[in-house]
Formats: sequence, C-alpha cells, structure tokens
Amino acid sequence: MNAIENVSRRTFLKGVAATGTFALALQLDPLARLNPFAPVAQAPAAVGPTLSPNLFVSIDTAGTVTIIAHRSEMGQGVRTSVPMILADELEADWSRVKIAQAVGDKKYGNQYTDGSRSIRHNYDRMRQFGAVARTMLEQAAAKKWGVYSAECKGQNHRVVHVPTGRSFGYGELVETTATLPVPDVMAVALKDPKDFRYIGKPMTSVDFPDMVTGKATYGIDVRLPGMKYAVVEHCPVTYGKVKSFDPSEALKVPGVEKVVEIPQTQPPIVFNTLGGIAVIATNTWSAEQGRKKLKIDWDYGPNVVYDSATFRRDLEQAARADAKIVREEGDVKAALAAADKVVEATFYVPHFAHATMEPPAAIAHVKDGKCEVWSSCQDPQAARATVAGAIGMDEANVTSNVALLGGAFGRKSKPDFAAEAAILSRQLGVPVRVTWTREDDIQHAYYHTVTAQYIKAGLKDGKVTAWQHRSVFPTIWSTFEKDDPGYGNKIELSLGFLDLPYAIPNICLENGQAKSHVRIGWLRSVNNIPHAFAQNTMANMLAVAAKRDPYEFLLELIGPDRVVDLSTADYWNYDQTYDEYPIMTERLKRVLRVAAEQSGYGQKLGPREGIGLAVHRSFTTYVATAVKVKVGNDGKVAIPRVDVAVDAGRVVNPDRVKSQMEGASIYGLTAAAFSEITAEKGRIKQSNFNDYPMARMGNSPREIRVHIVDANEFPPGGVGEPGTPPLAPALTNAIFAATGKRILELPITKSQLSV
Amino acid sequence: MAVSLSVNGKSYSVDVPPQVPLLWVLRDVVGLTGTKFGCGMALCGACTVHVNGVAQRSCVLPVGAVKGPVTTIEGLSASGNHPLQKAWIAANVPQCGYCQSGQIMQAASLLARNPKPSDADIDAAMAGNICRCGTYTRIRAAIKDAAGVKS
Repeated sequence: MNAIENVSRRTFLKGVAATGTFALALQLDPLARLNPFAPVAQAPAAVGPTLSPNLFVSIDTAGTVTIIAHRSEMGQGVRTSVPMILADELEADWSRVKIAQAVGDKKYGNQYTDGSRSIRHNYDRMRQFGAVARTMLEQAAAKKWGVYSAECKGQNHRVVHVPTGRSFGYGELVETTATLPVPDVMAVALKDPKDFRYIGKPMTSVDFPDMVTGKATYGIDVRLPGMKYAVVEHCPVTYGKVKSFDPSEALKVPGVEKVVEIPQTQPPIVFNTLGGIAVIATNTWSAEQGRKKLKIDWDYGPNVVYDSATFRRDLEQAARADAKIVREEGDVKAALAAADKVVEATFYVPHFAHATMEPPAAIAHVKDGKCEVWSSCQDPQAARATVAGAIGMDEANVTSNVALLGGAFGRKSKPDFAAEAAILSRQLGVPVRVTWTREDDIQHAYYHTVTAQYIKAGLKDGKVTAWQHRSVFPTIWSTFEKDDPGYGNKIELSLGFLDLPYAIPNICLENGQAKSHVRIGWLRSVNNIPHAFAQNTMANMLAVAAKRDPYEFLLELIGPDRVVDLSTADYWNYDQTYDEYPIMTERLKRVLRVAAEQSGYGQKLGPREGIGLAVHRSFTTYVATAVKVKVGNDGKVAIPRVDVAVDAGRVVNPDRVKSQMEGASIYGLTAAAFSEITAEKGRIKQSNFNDYPMARMGNSPREIRVHIVDANEFPPGGVGEPGTPPLAPALTNAIFAATGKRILELPITKSQLSV
Repeated sequence: MAVSLSVNGKSYSVDVPPQVPLLWVLRDVVGLTGTKFGCGMALCGACTVHVNGVAQRSCVLPVGAVKGPVTTIEGLSASGNHPLQKAWIAANVPQCGYCQSGQIMQAASLLARNPKPSDADIDAAMAGNICRCGTYTRIRAAIKDAAGVKS
C-alpha cells in the first residue's frame, strides 16, 4: 500500500492492462486525487448542487450516504460486507447508507468477483476511502467552528467537537467539505479496530427484503420495453460448427419471430460465443418450442471422440507414469525403497457443472451506436469487453450493468451469454434477452476439470518419509490459449498441490499431460477439490497403515509450528505475497483441533457410525471439516452433523462467513455424493436435475455448525470457496471410520453408497 | 386466444396459447418476475406459486389448465410481512436468493395445511425445492420459527 501516493492514475491503468492482474489495483486509491465532495459538472441538476458523487462514496445534504458496491452479489453478501468496511471508517449510521451498484468500469479497479478476494483486496482500500471522507468532514467542521480539526471526531453520522460536545450532522457539512483539498491517504488515521462499529459483527444483507418478496432483480429478470426473448441451440459437441440449418418449421411456431445464426468464435474461445442458432420469440417458452423444430446439420469437429470412460483410463495411466516434476525435496525413490511400508492409491474426481439456480441470462439493447447490457456477471468489465468485441463496438460505447446473480460459482465469470444477447439485439434492433435453459447450462458449461491422481507414500518407523503425488487434468488454459498447453498452469498446480503442508523429508510432486475436449473453467475452489480429496484420503490411509488414530496422525503429519517452505516450488499464493499470507502450520492445526473437538471426535460412537476429518488451506484461509455419518447396511449414508472450523484471518461479517461455510459444505457434498458430468461421443450425457442431482434438504446434514476461529491479528482471507475442498475427504474418511470401506473416487454413488 | 387469469387478486386477460406454462405467462407476459425459472421440468421448485392456496410448479402448468386464483411471491403478503418472510430475514436465510421465492411459497403452502410441522413433514414438503447455495439448515430453522415449533 506504500505506493499509493506515488502511482499516477495513468501508470496504474497501464499496469493493470499489462499484467492482467489486480495486484496494482491495491496500490492506488483513486480518491487520493478526487475530492469526494466536490460538485461535478455533469451532476444532474435535479438532484441539487450539493450532491457530491465520487468513486465509492457520496453524501447529500440530507445526510444520506451512498456507497458504491463494485463487486457482484451472488450470495456471499458482498453488497453488504464491502460497503460495511467503508461505512465503519466513515462512522456512518448504517440505517442512513444506501448501496448503489457500479457498472463495469476500470476506474473502480478490479471488479472480478471470484477467487474469494472481495474482502481480501478491498479491506484496506475501503477503510481508506471511509477514513479520508471522515477526515474531510472533521476538517470541514473544524473550519466552520474555527477550531483545530484534531478536536473534531466523526461519530455515528455526526462530527462532534470533543471539548464542547457540539456537533454537526454529516449532511450539514457537505457544502464546506466540497471546498477542501483531499488529504494524503497515507496521512489519514484509520480507526483502532477496537472501535469498529460494524466490522466483525453480523450484519443482515441489504438485499434480503427484496429477496423474500420477489422484488430482487436478477439478470434473468431485467425487462425493457419492446424486448424479445431468445434461446440458442449450441452444437452438442464442444466447438462443433453449423454446416447448414433450416428454420422453416421453427418459424411456424406461434410467437416465433426470427431465427438467427450466432457465429462461432475462432479458438481460443475465452469468454466468446460458442456459436449456434438463436430462436427469437415474443416469450421464452415459444422460443424454446421453436428451437425444438430447428433442423441443423452440424460439423461436430474433433471433440466428437470425447468419451469419459476411455478418457478416464488414459488419465489414470498418465497418473501412474513418470511426469513433469514440479516440486522436489530429498530423494523420494530412495526413501520409498527404504520404507517399512508403502501405501499407494489412484484417485479420480470427475467433471462438475456449476448448475447455478439462475441459469446464464442477459439482456442487451444495441441502439444508435451504443450498447447497454444487463447480466448476471461476476465481472462487468469482462462482460463489457466481451460484448464490445462480439459486436465490433468501442468499449466506451458499451454500458455493462450488473444485476443480482442467482448463484455463480465461477460460471458467471464467463459472459458468453451476454455476448449472445448483444449480437442478437444488434441484428434485431430491439432489446433481446437470452435465457439459457437448464439443459443448456448443464451441457455447455465451462466444466470443472476431470482429475486423476496417484499418490505413493512410504512409512518408516511410523513416520511418513516419502510422498510422491501426481496430478493429471485438462487445463483451464486450454480455454484461453490457441494451442492446448496440456500441462497444468502454475495457478492450477498451486491449488492444494504444490502447497502440500506436510512435514515430510522426501517429496516429489509431478504433473502429467492431458488434452481438453470441452470448455474447462473454474468452479468454486477449482483444483483444490480433487487435491484436498487425495491428500486428506492418503493421510488417513497412512494413519491406518501405521495403526494410528487418524486425527493424531494428521496433526503429526502437518508437523511442527512453522511457515511451510515452498522455495522449491513455483507457487502462486492467490495473488498475495507469501510474506503477508504464508502457510502457517499452527493455523492449520488449530482449525483441525477445533473441528475435531467440537465434533466430539474420539467419543464412543454407535455401530456403523463414524467421524471423518479433513483440513485444507485455500484462498489464504484455513478450514477443517468434521463430518459425522451413520451408514445403513443398504449403503445409505445419513449425515447428522457437520462441524466446520474456519480461520479466515480478520472477519468482516461473521454471519456471512458462517453462511458461506454452510453453503460450501453443501456444495462440496453435491460434488462428493451426487453429481458427475460425463461425455459420450463428445456429448454431455447429463441435462437437468434428474440426471445431474443436487443435495436437497432431506439428504443434507441435519446440522452444520461453523466455528470461526479468532484470528483478527491476521489480514482477511478468502471466504467464498475454502469451505468446499475439505467436505469430500471428511465424508469419505467418515464412511471409512464407520464401515472400513475406502473411497478413492467421486461421487460416492460409484462405490454403491448414497446420501 | 385470450386466457383469463387472476393473479394476486388482479384479473388479467392474456393473449397466449393455452399450453404456455403459467411460469412464462407470469414472467414474460404479466411481468411478475419474482417467480423463477430453474429447470422447466418440475425438478427444482424455483417456480413455485399457489393455485387456490396450494403450491404448484408453474413451469409445467399450462396456463389454460389453471383453475382458480394464482398467488405469487409478490402477492404472498401486503408488505413482505408474512411470518415466513419475517422468519427468513431473522434467520438470514438467503444467499443468492434466487430459489427463495419458491422455497417460501412451498413453505407457506405447507404451513397453511400443517401449522405445526415436524422435521419429517418439513423435509417431505421441501424435498422438491433445490437451493444450490445450500441454505437448507436455515430454511428448516426459519420454517420452525414461523410455525412456533421448537428447533
């Protein structure tokens, strides 16, 4: 944060464009050059001359504070939690705060709402915005009273002159504040955390009243006068092309008005349109009926060979052969040769689809050389750029609005559906909404990759002395690079693989090659899901082989308190420096202890009951999960309780941390026990919730207890994703404890078990 | 052909073929978007509305087959003060919120017939409603809270 006053805005923007990352966004606080209270020339006259918009906060003369939410709300509570930080430093009365959603614009810095980073990357920044605004209000009050500003203190929406007790409401200070220079952000005092008004206390989300009354507007809900409704038929095989099509029968369906081809994007696909045939109608249902009547001749292309059963065999074979070494310490081969016992296993985790309850949807209106789009997008800047590219328009002429997201989980990072809406609106000259059906969503996702892993570990004198781990999976970068790189990217390898936190003297981590046949994307916690599953399962298998209690054994495997030395790996630390967010084994062990103790681990259980544990650090946050199961003789697994212990560093909104851990546990449970995406002849076999089932109320844990470990001395960590990875191994370790049945592949339905 | 419809106490005459599902009439023609599309096959419950006070999946209900007044989430209470809506906020149930219209309508239908449901009653009644965010434990708690049943 030291570079704030030195980095010019120009340098900042150039930096972001050059690196494609958000690291520099942290370095600059645009407020440093903008008076948040200065009237702007283009402010609409109707709202009065004293309204003072700025980038993130404005205050009107009535004292209403408006805070800009620049991140996308998809259930994590970000429209509440990020503004809370600013409001706290501003000493604003939350009941007088309004939240306004930002459009996609680089001026806000990074708006990419994924990677569990909204709080991590905005905590310091929002505090500074709030503190600068509060300081200016204090200075304005001092000026009006003719006293030292050090004697003036912002308190709950008023500035109080401490020696005399007189005060001004914030609204009364707006006009004077507008005349003041903006103080140097580094010279502004932040609040002492003990004085936090909102940070660290549960806050109900600003969107709840609308959500429970049907007023909340999601991307699929935005309505514009004269709008048309479209659905798009995509090739059943990824990257297949339209050879020819006959729209005549579709056009006979009442309500259908037009059939339009959407061009296919040349690889790499990135976020651009898959291509296909769009049917446009007066309502969504008619469009869908018309689509069923389309006659399309496809060129399926090379991915027609994709068959999950064959692919699995190839992937597992690759996992058992020598591959590219990506982290090596000691001499694994020698240690394995010298071991008393060797344990080995091959693990398999299939493709998953995000299956957001709101399928992808967007509405666009192209008119007079401009385009306005509303979508459920995790990054309105990416939507803006993608739409601009799709219709050959300058980005400056595209306005990218963010509606509420009905779930996202990484799918809505990819605004291909917004580009489809824009292409159709340009062609028709009216607003067009594109709605993906559930079948479209399941069959044309940016899938979670499919992973085979092999681990071979050696025990000597009861200690793990060797750990060889290979991970093989189609890479996300096949979606982004012209030629499929085959090997995992540094980022994917860092997700629970390179960062193995165990104290083992001989380690060899390897990555094999795999080809992609579908669009591979990221899904809640990404490669951490397979990696945490394999690691935690092998730790449990080694404990059993060593005839030790798995909990005690795992604590010992994590080893002495230390910062995990990753100097032998090319490690990506979730875009944080390792100095600021090191992997600390005491934090890993602490959450494991809390989860174990809270779950009642070690107490006597009934027949076919078991508690399984798993611990994993991802997105800089430490999570341990304890799953209690009772397994019927018919293979039916009941989950009476899940305990989750989380160390996310400094916590802003504890209720939303809890709800994310609850939700991530259910999300992890669906991956572990319910769903799998498979391909046959290049086509995805699953299509809706009947064959891609989800956890439901009756088969979810009866109780999920979340234990937030007090870690306020550490900077904030990610929250949205890190609850997911430990669920699957905790569940399968519990099933092993209850029955002795070892599970090495997901979902557990393939092992004649069901939840 | 016009179809007559009563939604939230208001009469509508909509010019659509009778086989169009109620969901799309509500969303695309009447303009009430609180009722959500999730699957189109009565598999997820996001589209749940009341017909004659009973929960129905509007995505598979042809508008021509609707016999009786329809209530959507927008009409469940005058000012968002149905006991379930209050309980939902008190328990901080929603995450993304998208499925919650259907969840609340389903739960309201349950409580109308069974004011003091057991856990098993709740599981059975709510089995058709998916929440991908995983708010199930809070939904169950909120239903019990609204019903005055001990958790």
